[in-house]
Amino acid sequence: MEYVVEMLNIRKEFPGIVANDNITLNLKKGEIHALLGENGAGKSTLMGILFGMNQPDSGTIRMYGKDVRISNPNVANELGIGMVHQHFKLVHNFTITENIILGVEPKSGLAVDIKSAANRIAKLSEKYGLNVDPYAKIEDVSVGMQQRVEILKMLYRNAEVLIFDEPTAVLTPQEIQDLIKIMKNLVSEGKSIILITHKLKEIKAAASRCTVIRRGKLIGTVDVAATTEAKMAEMMVGREVSFKVDKKEKEPGEVILKVENLSVQNSRKVLGLKNFSLEVRAGEILGVAGVEGNGQSELVEAITGLRHAESGKIFLRDEEITTKPVRARINAGIAHIPEDRQKRGLVLDYTVEDNMVIEIYDRPPFSKNGLLNREAIRKYSEEIMKNFDVRAGKGAESMARSLSGGNQQKAIVGREVELNPEVLIAVQPTRGLDVGSIEYIHKRLVEQRDSGKAVLLVSLELDEILNLSDRIAIINNGELIGIVNAADTDENEVGLMMAGVRKGESA
Amino acid sequence: MKLPIIKGIKKETAVSLLAVVFGLVAGALFMLMTGNNPFAGYAFLFQGGLMSIERIGNTLATSTPLILTGLSIAFAFKTGMFNVGAAGQMLFGGFCATAVGLTLNLPKPLLLTLMLIAAILGGALWAWVPGFLKARFNVHEVVSTIMMNWISYWVVYYTVPAYFKGEFLETESRKISDHASLKVAWLSDLFGGSYINLGILLAVIAVIVISFILDKTVMGYELKSVGFNRFAAEYAGVSVNRSIILSMMISGALAGLGGAALYVGNASNIQIGILPSQGMDGIAVSLLGANSPLGVLGAAIFFGLLYSGKGFMNAMTNIPPEIADTIIATIIYFAATSVMIEKFIDRIIRRKRGE
Repeated sequence: MEYVVEMLNIRKEFPGIVANDNITLNLKKGEIHALLGENGAGKSTLMGILFGMNQPDSGTIRMYGKDVRISNPNVANELGIGMVHQHFKLVHNFTITENIILGVEPKSGLAVDIKSAANRIAKLSEKYGLNVDPYAKIEDVSVGMQQRVEILKMLYRNAEVLIFDEPTAVLTPQEIQDLIKIMKNLVSEGKSIILITHKLKEIKAAASRCTVIRRGKLIGTVDVAATTEAKMAEMMVGREVSFKVDKKEKEPGEVILKVENLSVQNSRKVLGLKNFSLEVRAGEILGVAGVEGNGQSELVEAITGLRHAESGKIFLRDEEITTKPVRARINAGIAHIPEDRQKRGLVLDYTVEDNMVIEIYDRPPFSKNGLLNREAIRKYSEEIMKNFDVRAGKGAESMARSLSGGNQQKAIVGREVELNPEVLIAVQPTRGLDVGSIEYIHKRLVEQRDSGKAVLLVSLELDEILNLSDRIAIINNGELIGIVNAADTDENEVGLMMAGVRKGESA
Repeated sequence: MKLPIIKGIKKETAVSLLAVVFGLVAGALFMLMTGNNPFAGYAFLFQGGLMSIERIGNTLATSTPLILTGLSIAFAFKTGMFNVGAAGQMLFGGFCATAVGLTLNLPKPLLLTLMLIAAILGGALWAWVPGFLKARFNVHEVVSTIMMNWISYWVVYYTVPAYFKGEFLETESRKISDHASLKVAWLSDLFGGSYINLGILLAVIAVIVISFILDKTVMGYELKSVGFNRFAAEYAGVSVNRSIILSMMISGALAGLGGAALYVGNASNIQIGILPSQGMDGIAVSLLGANSPLGVLGAAIFFGLLYSGKGFMNAMTNIPPEIADTIIATIIYFAATSVMIEKFIDRIIRRKRGE
């Protein structure tokens, strides 16, 4: 069997850590090859080496049987390796064609020959079933379409090997299916694909083989059709994992958080949330499902006080909190696991212990007469770190920056749960985390529900919403599309609603 | 084991020390290029600053305004603001102190207290404006503090000749009386007649107070959180706007105090048409001191030493006095590019570990 790419015995060390230890990955022509591993397992490092962003300490890379040295991404491009990054690198007020030819503009005289480029793009689009309008502007097209532009960028540069880095994170379930179809078209036309992901379902749906790495070591390459999801998960984590969250039946209690006809502007000064109403009861998890950027941030920021409401009211129990400042809401019992743990959740240049009291440093015993009580802060933080299994090199004194993503997130979850809130708002609480940490955080969220708290869960991961929620509110374009009981719905229904189709209407 | 010095020292300190070493080496090269002996040059430079008790006093006095402006800028940096307006704040603070000193006739302790309060308030007021503009209208503080520098410059330019004109010159104020000066006999005598004054004590107290505020207090915790990550601070319910204004005012107050140290301490009148150079030098001091109060103290004294020694070096050799300024500039350059030095240190450490 001919291999397009062979990465043989790759080893890469960073100060203090072996990121890749003797890893071998062989890519056959015309296959979708999944690269599976937890966060920090070394997937990105390995692909970075293939794409020329890192140099291996030892090991060889071969393409079509010949040794190659990929010293930078330009060399990778010349060899026909393209990467579709997780975060798109597109100029928003350029057309699709302009974005694709950026850097390799075809010239006629001094001018850029847009027309012939657009023609070529249209042809490529047709060949691979991408359905892209070369003259549309990026800012006018959907996220799924933007991703296809990224794919076209690679095809336009004659890439034979395409690396997809967590491509489904930003897509709706329907868009994910479209993407898988596109990937299959690509391989049937002779391209080869490496798919980096930690979502087993997608590997099952798309890939033919799967290479699993764990903590920098190669665990093995398996035939996807012959391997169960549970087996792959076990290979990835190193122990058995349960996917199902244990959740007892529970009758929800009184209404804790009520949102009434809330309208909120987004950062572009147009209404990002329109006339939105919602109730969260004690002892229930209400999931908010929606594609990224459909008003979830505006909803959460209005409830937490980070953004002011144009109209409408927010109640915590019977008290109106619509215009209260952030700190007053925290003190009244709203805890918030923010969407972006590094932007909002942590002061990265503070120690873990300073971060653990960031909402309550002004309360006794953490301070008195304006002076901080270091001892009390230390004790409190160590308690949280112990209870929530936060691991850090120097304990509570470690810089927050030095923690891994999973530990940062566990620290935030611990901090918010420890506030003993009435309402816990969890936004993307497991974004980018590995299976082990996800399992752990899910368990803690359900614990909150079981102890009678109201939990508002906002997530882009439909599985997470379906698994954890008691009820699901679907949001699209800032509007509430509907609320369904988790027990009576499925991925398809919610997926359609996420795309804006109301219940009862047909697609 | 090749670099035992680096062991046990914080990386920031090592970076600053290396910046100094590189700066001195560069200075030596310049001296060689101008045909002079660098060893002799440096010997005279340091003798000029340290040779006698009086010269040590003068060095400390030269350092005093630098300590305060450096502290002002470092405090602003720590709390997320870039205060380029220390010059204007210190000029206005110094002017306020001078005005009080020339107007009131009171016993010395009372008068000095009032003058210092005036300097602190004047500096704080001058920094409040950019703080308010940033908090309310998101005007970048670099722009507004620079403009405030010039407003300060012209206010003094107009007011001094109009109300406090000197006996002989239009371009400077009357001299303040001994009553209104930070110079005190016992301190001058202690340093053999140097012009060192109470300013140095104020500066040292300010270093201690600011250290304390930053490390131990709720206010410092809040201000720093805004400085490090204003989004996280906002998320946690810290009033970011209040913090911005407060941090600018404290920064301005320190610069204002620096103005008092300069105009009613080291000097005894105020001149028009000059923005004090210590305002901008404070940025360098703060950089070299890695924004820590103690670091600022050390860096300011070192710069003070170079400034006060350069005259002697000039008198004793043919080395142009600009060499001292060049050394300072080179050190600033290395301190500013500390990222490079940090990488250099990292590489040495790694090599030492045999990686």
